This record gives sequence, C-alpha cells and structure tokens, in this order.
Amino acid sequence: MTTEHATNGFIGASVRRVEDPVLVTGKGCYVDDIQLPGMLHVAVLRSPYPHAKIISIDTSAAKAMVGVTTVVTGEDLGERLQIPAAPIVPGQKIPPHPVLARGAVHCVGVPVAAVVAQTRALAQDGANAIEVEYEALPSVVNAEKALEPGAPLAREELDSNVCYIATKKGGDVEKAFAQAEHICRMHIASPRQVALAIEPRGIVASPEPMGQGLTVWLSTQAPHRVRGDLATGLGFPEHKIRVIAPDVGGGFGSKGPLYREYVLACHLALKLGRPIKWIATRSEDFVTTIQGRDQAMTSELALKRDGTMLGLKVRVVANLGAYLYSSTAGPPQRMMAMAPGSYQIQNVHVEVVAVFTNTVPTGPYRGAGRPESVLNIERLIDKAAKELGIDRLEIRRKNFIRPEQFPYRSGVGVEYDSGDYEKSLDEALRISDYQQLVRYRDEARARGELVGIGVSTFVEPSGGAGFESGTVRVERTGEITVLTGSSSHGQGHETSFAQVIADKMRVSMDHVAIRHGDTLAIQQGVGTFGSRSMVMGGGAMAKAAERVIEKARRIAAHLVEAAPEDMVQADGGFAVAGVPEKKVTWRQIAAAAHGGRLPAGMEPGLQETAFFDPRREAWAFGAHAALVRIDRETGKPTIEKLVLVDDCGVIINPMIVEGQVHGGVAQGLGEALREQMLFGENGEVLTGTLMNYAVMRAADMPPLILGETVTPNPFNPLGVKGVGEAGTNGAPSAVANAFMDALAPLGIDHIDMPYTAPKLWEAIRQAEGREA
Amino acid sequence: MTAEAEYAAVPISVTVNGVKHEATVEPRTLLVYFLREHLGLTGTHVGCDTSQCGACTVQLNGRAVKSCTILAVQANGTEITTIEGLAREGALHPVQEGFREKHGLQCGYCTPGMIMTAVHLLETNPNPTEEEIRHALEGNLCRCTGYVNIVESIRWAAEKMGGENVSR
Repeated sequence: MTTEHATNGFIGASVRRVEDPVLVTGKGCYVDDIQLPGMLHVAVLRSPYPHAKIISIDTSAAKAMVGVTTVVTGEDLGERLQIPAAPIVPGQKIPPHPVLARGAVHCVGVPVAAVVAQTRALAQDGANAIEVEYEALPSVVNAEKALEPGAPLAREELDSNVCYIATKKGGDVEKAFAQAEHICRMHIASPRQVALAIEPRGIVASPEPMGQGLTVWLSTQAPHRVRGDLATGLGFPEHKIRVIAPDVGGGFGSKGPLYREYVLACHLALKLGRPIKWIATRSEDFVTTIQGRDQAMTSELALKRDGTMLGLKVRVVANLGAYLYSSTAGPPQRMMAMAPGSYQIQNVHVEVVAVFTNTVPTGPYRGAGRPESVLNIERLIDKAAKELGIDRLEIRRKNFIRPEQFPYRSGVGVEYDSGDYEKSLDEALRISDYQQLVRYRDEARARGELVGIGVSTFVEPSGGAGFESGTVRVERTGEITVLTGSSSHGQGHETSFAQVIADKMRVSMDHVAIRHGDTLAIQQGVGTFGSRSMVMGGGAMAKAAERVIEKARRIAAHLVEAAPEDMVQADGGFAVAGVPEKKVTWRQIAAAAHGGRLPAGMEPGLQETAFFDPRREAWAFGAHAALVRIDRETGKPTIEKLVLVDDCGVIINPMIVEGQVHGGVAQGLGEALREQMLFGENGEVLTGTLMNYAVMRAADMPPLILGETVTPNPFNPLGVKGVGEAGTNGAPSAVANAFMDALAPLGIDHIDMPYTAPKLWEAIRQAEGREA
Repeated sequence: MTAEAEYAAVPISVTVNGVKHEATVEPRTLLVYFLREHLGLTGTHVGCDTSQCGACTVQLNGRAVKSCTILAVQANGTEITTIEGLAREGALHPVQEGFREKHGLQCGYCTPGMIMTAVHLLETNPNPTEEEIRHALEGNLCRCTGYVNIVESIRWAAEKMGGENVSR
C-alpha cells in the first residue's frame, strides 16, 4: 500500500529547530537539574590502581560523619548486582562485572565503595574518609602487548587476555594472494578517544511514592535498552521501571550502555526508599565512561600491477579494556563488516582478536569501528598506489563498486544498498579545485616545504541494531502526537521528525509534537546511535503515518459520502479528488474517530504503531579531501583546506545534516590532530582531565567546505541514510593521507594519529638525520 | 538542614538577574552550585571540574566568569546575570536569537555558557572578526557543533545588534 505523497515542502527544508527556544534560555532540563523532595546524594570512591587486590576497606570514619546515611562496599552488595553483557561471539569470555568491586580492581576508576549523604559535598566528604588497603598487581595497557607470552593477566580469573577471536571470510584469499603481483602491508594503531559529551553522565533514581515501581531519570541515548539491562542487573522487574531520558547533553555512543553507578543508585533508592542522585564529575567521567577506537590493524592488500585489488587480509587487535559493557564488544565487529570499504574486493579475510587490558572499557564512540576500518583501507590504498606508482585517484576509480552493481554483496557477505562513489569523488575534486591543489603542493614541495594532499572515499553503514518503533496518534483536536523510540540527545529529532510527519500528513509543523525518551509513554524502542535515527526512527514513523492516513482516508470518505479511492490528501486533511472545496479536516476526522460517525465495523481511535526493521543497513558514503602543511622547523600541523562531500540519501533538514557533519568532523580532526587517551606503562591515567586531554577548541578548527550528492536509499520509506558519523569516518583518514603525503618526500611511510607537532617534529628530525 | 550547621554557614547577599537574594552558604559552596541548587537557576551548567569547559559561564559585575571557579562567598555583594536573565519581556537577546537562527546548538548543554561568553564579547567588541570570536571562545568547549555555527551565530548577533554596543 502506498500513499500518494503531495509534499507540502517540509522534507528538504532547513527548518529552525523546535528545541532551541527552551535551550537558549536555560530552561532545558538535564538530569542534574532535577531536584526531588527528600533526595539524597551518592558519591563513589574509586580505585586509583589499574590492577590490585583489595585487602581491606575501613568505612567506620565515613559512617560516623554528619549527614552520611549509608555506606556500602562490594561485600555489602554481594554477587547479585552485576552489569550484564550478552555474548556476541560464541565462546566469548565474560568475566564478572560487579557494581562495586569485590576482591580486586582491574582498572583505574572502578567503584570500590559508595556513600549516601544529604548533600553532594557531604557524600564526597564521606567517600574521602574511607580507607582502602590495596595490594598492587602487575597490569597491562597495550592490547598487542597483552597477547605476548608472559604478559600480565588483566583479569586474573581468566587463563589469557583474549576475550574472543572472530573471523569473517569471503572468496578465496589464499588464491588471490598467490596471484598477486604486489602485496602492500601496513600496521596502523588507532588512538584511543574520549567521547566527552559536555554533560557528564548522571542519574536520579526514585522509588514511586504510591507503588512498587522505580522511576529513573537518566542521561542516556537508549532508554528502553538501558531499562532492559537495568532490570537484569538490578534484579527488578522491567515493567515496573520507568526510564526517562530528559534533555541529554551529548552522548556520541558513550551514553548507550547501563553503567555501574546506575544500578548502584537504583539499588540504594529502593533500599532506602528515597530518591538518589549521582552525577559524575568530569574526572570520574574520564575514567568510567566507555572510550573509543584503540584498535591495532595489521593488513595485507594483494594487487595486480595495474592497481586492481585482488584480496585483503586484516588482523585487528581490539583493546576492550578491563570490563565488558553491553556495547563493548561491538566496534570490532563493525570493523569486520566493512573492511573492504567502497572497493570491489571479493577475497577477504578479517580476524578480530578482542583483548582485555587494565584500562577503561571501550565501546562505541561516534563511528564505532567505522573510522578504524576506513582509516585502514584508505591508508592501505594510498600506500599501495605509492608503491605501484599509480595515481591515488586512479587506483580508487579502478576498484570502486560501480553504481550498476548495487545492491552489492561485499567480500564479507554484507549487502550495500546503493551508491555512486565516483560521483562523490568527482564532486569533492571539483569543489576542492584538485588540480590547483596539486600544483600548489608541487610548487611548495619544490621549495622544500612539507605540503600534502589526501582523499578518503569512504562508506558509512547506518541504521541497523534491530528495529525502531513509531506511533502516530491523531488526538481529538486533530493535533498529532508522535511517539518515537529514537531518543534525542542533540540531533534535533523534535524538528526533523516533525518535518517528516507534517510533510506526510499535510499539516503545519506546530500541529505535530514529537515525544521521546520515556519508557512509560513510548512503546518499546531502541534508541539513538549508529547514525540510525532518521533511517530507523523516521522509517518507523513514516510507516505508522501511512497507516493512519489510510484509516483517515476511509473516515473522511464516509463523512462526505464518497468512495475512499476518491479522497486525496489536501492541506490540513483530505478532499474529494477534483472537488477541493469538499474538504474534511483532521479535526473532523479525529472527532469521528473518537466517538463520532465511523464506517460500519471500523474500530474507534486514530493511532497506529509501526515497528520497522529493514533487515539491512543503509550505506551512506562520501569523499573527503584535505590539503595540509607541516612546518618543517617546528612540526606544527595546519589543515589548509578540507572539503567534505557526503551522500546520506534524501535530506530531511539540510541545516541539521550540515550540523551533524560539522560536529563529526570536529571530533574526527581531534582524533587526527590532538586527542588521545594515554595510560602510563603501569596503567596510570595520564590524560584524565580537560587539563591534559586535548579536545578541539574553536580556534583549532579549520574552515570546512561542505558538498553533497544525493543517492536515495531504495530500502526505506524516506530514502534516507545516516550522516551522524560521516565526519568521524571520512575526515581523519583524508587528513592522515594528506599528512603522510606531505612527509613522503622525507621517505616516511606511515605515522599513527594523532599528528601532534612534537610527533611530527620528531619524525622529520629523524628522517632528516637519515638523509644527512 | 542539620548537617549544614556543622559547617559554619556564612551569610551572603547577591543580586541575580535583578533580584536581590540573601542566603547563608557553606564557605566551600561554589557559585555555580549556589545558583543551581539554592536559587534553582539550573540553566547554568557544570561540565568539568578544572575550569576548562565554560558551561558554567555567567556575568558577574559585567564580566563573563566561570561560576565553578568562584566561591559563592566571593560573590557577596555582586550583581550576576545568568542565562535565565538574558531574555527581556519574552524577547530573546540577539545572541540567543542568533544561536537559534544559525543552528549554533545541538545538545544545548554548553549553550548557556557559550551565549554568556558571546554576550560579553559583543559588549566589549561589537564587531569581532572570526578570529576574535574564536579566540573569545577559548574557554568554552562544545562537542556537538564543531564551533562552525556558533561562530556564525555570534556574527549574526553582532550584525543584528548593528555593530553597536547595546549592553542591556
């Protein structure tokens, strides 16, 4: 069943955001803004050791302090309270993940004890008064070193540091390598990143005053998923838990899982019968929130002399950190599913070795395996081009999956829906004035300056992760409420989803209210991550809207005594085809649906729910191009030009899409230029505050030049693909290729990101030393 | 609260958004928590614990300051404007309007601090260049926008304010 879709122009318009008037006046409501009567605060004492046995904990001083209500340790909580993590690979090891440490700690920041008190400050005073005696154990930080014989065990319960090994294979890799005329080899380590949502994590948990339930306000990206995990971790019925995601101050993947403090706060709220608040300090957030990247990739690319790619082998060593959150094991899987990138490589072997270390757990961070994968294949193809003496663009064009090959089944058995990679590359070259860039670089190079050009022609799988839900309800007044399982944390859902519904139902924007982030109000749902909102959430509500429109059409026909097939959508409702004055408004239809005149046998009400699962991902793509310069004397890196062409299919709100690209690029450039979470040899945290973790600031950003191509997705109702991670996927690898191009005259093949001035200066100095 | 008695509360008097408040606070109370928890002005946010992020920026005696870096007792006798005090009679301040017009915010968490910093910038430099705007935002972190549209928003506001110093 298809609905005729006479657009009223909302899809594709840069509508100003519905969310903003509240947020620019300070009237937003984030978790820490919630104050409940009788609320108590919890502070957490954390391990300063990366790996240690707990010998003793003395809480007597804390318990005696003024204002302190309760002090709990792991022994008090027992074995019951755990963070659940379902296996995603057969044979995966899942070591214990207690809410408070029991017997040992395995990374810095692990909660050891918790203090409940009347104020935030008193709770912290109490935590400071707890004395813990530790016995330090040997620790391991680097995942590749953790695999070496004799490496310390990160988790002493296990017999090795391997969590799981997984492989994906396609074609005949050995034959491809036997036929190869050239094999390009690389080792790339992606730097560990901190998601760094400006709102730290937090929770308010309150027992329901007149029932047996629990209401939880949580800074989360996925209220329904977290509720399910919370029920498991807490041992409390899911249907008695209400999770509300109020305004959420950014997430970037890191606010997906259930965290220890959430189970702890809920447990204490139930135990004490009082509302409990826990808000992370930035320092706590640094060492407890899942971090991203930290995958080391060893690759071999088999080619013919003319640049035709024959086969690809990748071995990924993924650093999972010390504990598994629900999403920790995910990013390496993503890496496997997109290893061949935008190229026709049918002979592929990818192996992931996922490793425990004594570091902060990792998990999805904007891109979640995509940036690592793109970096790997895009660096590899540049290096292969250089080794074979082929132009970097020519080798890409030769191997691109061609538009007529879609839907295309990749070498690792994943189907890409649609694409035109060459068109995207051509657009990036046109916008960047590529030939001029080449002249500029060559002239600079002739003067001995270090200038380079890089491109990245990448794919961005989006959507996925099961289903998403949408309910469209026409209220008695004809106004429309939409309930979506896709919960916003800055993406502008209330605007772009309203555009979709206003467009489909031919009403004004203020006729539509988008509601999300409350498990009591919203049917089951999944959440917002993996560039999935418009693909999955938009798809679900578009389907629900179609069903509502069909029912409304029959009601409207009944009201004017016409045949349903003679009714067409008109602004504000329906009209008889060819008789525009014979109109039925949504208000009239809604009145009929709620106790008025309905066709015989029709159920009252005007509300439909759709659960949408296209059973495939939407493969967005793009071409990013960079021109960079390195100061030969100081190593100072500068991005002189950055062109970002993205294709996310049909665009609902160009302003919001551009904003997503800007933000993604800023994070991607952070990874490329300066951001890296560092641990010392003994596991100590070196970059645990904003004093030393080098997040991008306003003055660090180069000008961004955006472009687009539009290749609609044939497999969802709106033709859309995701865009939220485009910037982190494409830009870092384009910039990496550009910096390596700049260093090519010095005989430097590869340096890992981030490209900080000291690192570049050292590489230049060493290379020049070699020359001399 | 009984516990507070143990911490020798100190009386202070501050004028916030034109309203005079007299209160007693623990000496260690940071201004941001006084604003948020004593006065219920939760538009001023806390994003870090090292004075880097700027989410807590307010105006104190006409200067943009980080309210996480000042004790409430130090604010005794001062006049403070928070994000809640910027719009007058329902009309947004041009900087607030600019952030909406130019999509200068996404999650909104850094936004109040950004806006307070921008208001101060335009009061002292009504016609800032892009470089001056970026420099002025040195103490304010945003993780969503890449700063692109924040700069645009402030430029929009500068134009709207006619490049004049229209301190309000």
